[in-house]
Amino acid sequence: MPMRKVMKGNEAAAWAAKLAKPKVVAAFPITPSTLVPEKISEFVADGEMDAEFIKVESEHSAISACVGASAAGVRTFTATASQGLALMHEVLFIAAGMRLPIVMAIGNRALSAPINIWNDWQDTISERDTGWMQFYAENNQEALDLILIAFKVAEDERVLLPAMVGFDAFILTHTVEPVEIPDQEVVDEFLGEYVPKHAYLDPARPITQGALGFPAHYMEARYTVWEAMENARKVIKEVFDEFEKKFGRRYHMIEEYKTDDAEIILLTMGSLAGTLKEFVDKKREEGVKIGAAKMTVYRPFPIEEIRALAKKAKVLAILEKDISFGIGGAVFADTSRALINEKEKPIVLDFILGLGGRDVTFENLEEIVEISKKALEGEKVEEVNWIGLRKEIL
Amino acid sequence: MAVRKPPITTREYWAPGHAACAGCGPAIVMKLATKAFSEAMEEKYGDPNAFAIAHATGCMEVVSAVFPYTAWKAPWVHVAFENAAAAASGVEAAWKKLGRKGKILAIGGDGGTADIGLQALSGMLERRHNVVYLMYDNEAYMNTGIQRSSSTPYGAWTTTSPPGKYSIGEDKPKKWVALIAAAHQIPYVATASIGDPYDFYRKMKKAASVDGPAFVQVLAPCVPGWRIPPEKTIEVAKLAIETGLWPLFEIENGDFHNIKFQRFPKDGKFKKPIEDYLRLQGRFKHLFKRPEAIQELKNQIKELWRILGKEVELP
Repeated sequence: MPMRKVMKGNEAAAWAAKLAKPKVVAAFPITPSTLVPEKISEFVADGEMDAEFIKVESEHSAISACVGASAAGVRTFTATASQGLALMHEVLFIAAGMRLPIVMAIGNRALSAPINIWNDWQDTISERDTGWMQFYAENNQEALDLILIAFKVAEDERVLLPAMVGFDAFILTHTVEPVEIPDQEVVDEFLGEYVPKHAYLDPARPITQGALGFPAHYMEARYTVWEAMENARKVIKEVFDEFEKKFGRRYHMIEEYKTDDAEIILLTMGSLAGTLKEFVDKKREEGVKIGAAKMTVYRPFPIEEIRALAKKAKVLAILEKDISFGIGGAVFADTSRALINEKEKPIVLDFILGLGGRDVTFENLEEIVEISKKALEGEKVEEVNWIGLRKEIL
Repeated sequence: MAVRKPPITTREYWAPGHAACAGCGPAIVMKLATKAFSEAMEEKYGDPNAFAIAHATGCMEVVSAVFPYTAWKAPWVHVAFENAAAAASGVEAAWKKLGRKGKILAIGGDGGTADIGLQALSGMLERRHNVVYLMYDNEAYMNTGIQRSSSTPYGAWTTTSPPGKYSIGEDKPKKWVALIAAAHQIPYVATASIGDPYDFYRKMKKAASVDGPAFVQVLAPCVPGWRIPPEKTIEVAKLAIETGLWPLFEIENGDFHNIKFQRFPKDGKFKKPIEDYLRLQGRFKHLFKRPEAIQELKNQIKELWRILGKEVELP
């Protein structure tokens, strides 16, 4: 029987790692995900987890050791956040290019400067072009579930790409919530043993991995990563179906909440989705036709789902905790790409909020609705809006 | 006294057809190192193939693994420039879990080891991974041209340490990574030169045989970088030993009080002058107009020997 335990998001991630039975875990402590390697080392110390845990001297070496282990043909896991993820940056491309299905848990945290340990998504958003799949969890249960799902998708032979699962710093990493821990046997059945056909360092059948690609081959190699990411759309949906059958919880590329007759739809990711649902309920009581949507999968970007969502709305308001300087939020830019050639499309507005752990309040959400309403009425509004900014201290 | 030549296995892991320059010193390193490894693995595990290689970015990586070809007849992986030791840590951990017997060989040049890869190397050694780290030292960044590294010797010309009106060339003493590695108190550290291939072979075998990490720093002349003719590679590497410029030693468990030396003259007097070594190489040509720089180089080498516990005379 599945067991219910009250735990922090970090513990949920460690439990997911335990259930997935990776053979190698390499990690370096970083706030706010420090508890993930700590908990894993406890599992290993108590003999509850049969993995080699490499206590590396940096995140760069953590991901490098993961690439080495994965290239040697074993299931591999790591966890990090923020500056740690940034330090891994160059190797993230390599893991994807070598098609190694490493899974990484990220306690989504802001990047320096100024140094800040609190939540936003700038760390993972900055890695969106590395070839890693990206999942974002709304709560601790999702953190656990999505890590299992990430392994299953990553190891699928149609995909073979690494995956990161983000869960918001402190809001989830350090907050206790009841989490259902699935039975080990069911997880074993779901994931199966990882037996790679493309990556192994076996003296009986030596192969060369990580070769040099001349101009004659480089583009094709990169194309296969593109193709794999495209394949991942289908595979993720299949895995969501299978996950529901096995564990009873349903996931969607984009989960919708009261969107069917909504004029304004607020789209976001991660833990903010929980706040949004409550806010939508409140506004519905006031008779305002708004809905919410949560993007669970950011890479591959859910283009079709965005189009379907956009069809329902007159204003699509994107709420995001990241910024791509010089254009706006990354989700806004990506959403615009998904809609650019659509005949009918809503007004798409971007709202940058909650950076570096700034609380997102109902007042903030009211402001977003007010701006969206103005746009709906034909008034000209800014496309990119910073919400909750303390202009008085600028 | 004639040197007893140990037998060298005929097994090949470094196949012909790689793209290294004619006379390439590091290419000889690859060939000998893998042969020695194979013999050690055969003796230790009964399987000459019981090893895998994790390679840093560098000349030997780019010349050996141009897709769709490979010069490697052993399982081989390249990740990036600074992380061969970290990648090797991961491979070793995976092998442990898979119950695969054998040892991992990590290979990097001086740039990937002495500079950008030093942290990953230190981490790997400190964690006691069962990995041999082989640093092939051609004393500059030869893969990107000929830029100085912290392993470039004093006085050498490189494109980023050019001699000029205000410069004698590289103006810092060479960083000896073998001593840094030994400070980790790991089972085995050695320096070698392809100028004494049998010594190098023996040391690689020993490195591969010990349980736990080992580090070997081997001098491997670079034909274009050192400005030498291809047929002079071995002669130059030999002269480095014979002039006292390149100490050959072994340090076990970080015991600096019991360093074992090879090819050390009993009286501490090296017979051939360092000038013999310098004269063969274009990278030192300018020093002959600056005798004080040659003297400074000699002083640095004497100081190195003194740190190693030997008073030497350099003619």
